[in-house]
Amino acid sequence: MGACTMGTLRVFAFVWLLGASAFAQSPPIYGIGRTPSAEEIRAWDISIGPTGEELPPGRGTAKEGAKIYTQKGCGGCHGRGGIGGSAPVLKAKAGPDVDVWQRGRILPVRSPYATTVWDYINRAMPLDAEGTLTADEVYALTAYLLYINAVIPEDEVLDARSLPKVKMPIGDRFADLPEWKPRTPRLKGYPY
Amino acid sequence: MIHGMVDRPLTFTMEDLKRLPSITRVHFMECAGNRSSPKAKTVQESHGMTSCAEWTGVPLSLLLKECGLKGGASWFVAEGAEEVKGASSMPIAKAMDDCFVAYAMNGEALRPQQGFPLRLMAPGFEGIFHTKYLRRIKVVDRYYMNYNDYGHLREDPKTTALSYQIGPKSVITFPSGGQQLPGRGFYEISGLAWSGGGAIKKVEVSTDGGKRWNTAEIKGTAHRMAHTRFGYQWQWDGQETELLSRCTDEVGQVQPSRAQVAKFWNKPLDPSFSVPGLDNTIQPWRIASDGSVHNGNA
Repeated sequence: MGACTMGTLRVFAFVWLLGASAFAQSPPIYGIGRTPSAEEIRAWDISIGPTGEELPPGRGTAKEGAKIYTQKGCGGCHGRGGIGGSAPVLKAKAGPDVDVWQRGRILPVRSPYATTVWDYINRAMPLDAEGTLTADEVYALTAYLLYINAVIPEDEVLDARSLPKVKMPIGDRFADLPEWKPRTPRLKGYPY
Repeated sequence: MIHGMVDRPLTFTMEDLKRLPSITRVHFMECAGNRSSPKAKTVQESHGMTSCAEWTGVPLSLLLKECGLKGGASWFVAEGAEEVKGASSMPIAKAMDDCFVAYAMNGEALRPQQGFPLRLMAPGFEGIFHTKYLRRIKVVDRYYMNYNDYGHLREDPKTTALSYQIGPKSVITFPSGGQQLPGRGFYEISGLAWSGGGAIKKVEVSTDGGKRWNTAEIKGTAHRMAHTRFGYQWQWDGQETELLSRCTDEVGQVQPSRAQVAKFWNKPLDPSFSVPGLDNTIQPWRIASDGSVHNGNA
């Protein structure tokens, strides 16, 4: 009887410890800071990752994007059709037959994910009026820039579902990022 | 605000942050574009895009533990509150090792140019990662490819490995390009050394174009990821020569010459050779027999 109770207790204690270490969250230490509401987080979170899970509702095509590009004066800095302005070039001179690494550091073709183009326009454009574009306008401008770089056809509708599926010209032909570890040389054997 | 792959998203006011345990560290900051070129006439032009200061703030690891990291959290995105809301992805290992959110610089509140009220310190990483006007940290499970991130992609993993963290680097600031030595005799050669890999362990100076290397004196305390001043006593005989410095950091990385780097990449060494990744190569200063000092790479 006594042995049985001890055994049950031991099993119980083991399960409890396992629960504490493997399943429970680590508790806060200082208890400082406020919990933001889900609504607040949504409003602040403008990071659009490769899966596109943060993308808002909306849609746009290259044709609509071409109009917005003109209306918003994008060409004033980036040039008509994305070439010839003072700001970074948006259309690669070399076409889709040329390796993407030879087409220059042009955002609409260099990123592995079309979500990067959306994220960039949404957070950083137009200069001096950042954050004023609607979701539809950002989808349309993204479609336009991808279209002039021959990444998508002119009539493709971009929205939260289709944008992350766009096949970018770089594919997976970019180097993995090194796994960073403290107190470790950058590259073994460099330069000797 | 800290959110994403955490158990408890949290927002902190500046008052909240100043209640938490703080650290004070001396760290350099350097732009990835701080590379010498044959055109550079002075040390300001060849190496000017770096600085060093004392920073105070709260360890990012403390804040992330307060939020509780979820399993699978491997990267974080830091975002600024300026117009373009500049953002960068960094490894969570860096966050847990030595990143901190700084609210003070050299004993006073951050100045607007330095990211008031709060900036992320990512010691030893390229300057761009030291996110100014820090507003948000999102914990994620992959390189997030936001804003600055696509620009860090490279074709060759070796070039990628030579980005992010600044290599061991040093430069002689006296005598340096554009300066004039009044004549032969005694001079203390002086300069700065730093590395993204940790503290500077050794600095060597050559006064004969790299034939012989002599150990220089490290002045004061060599802090981790901080400018470290060195000196070397030199008798100039009035002949034309070349002055060089090279440093070794605490993990044993040695600052290379341009010739060594060109050989590593199997490229011809000519003035147009551009060092792949971050450029931490040795800067030669040529002393002409009239005492004028010139860029040895020109």
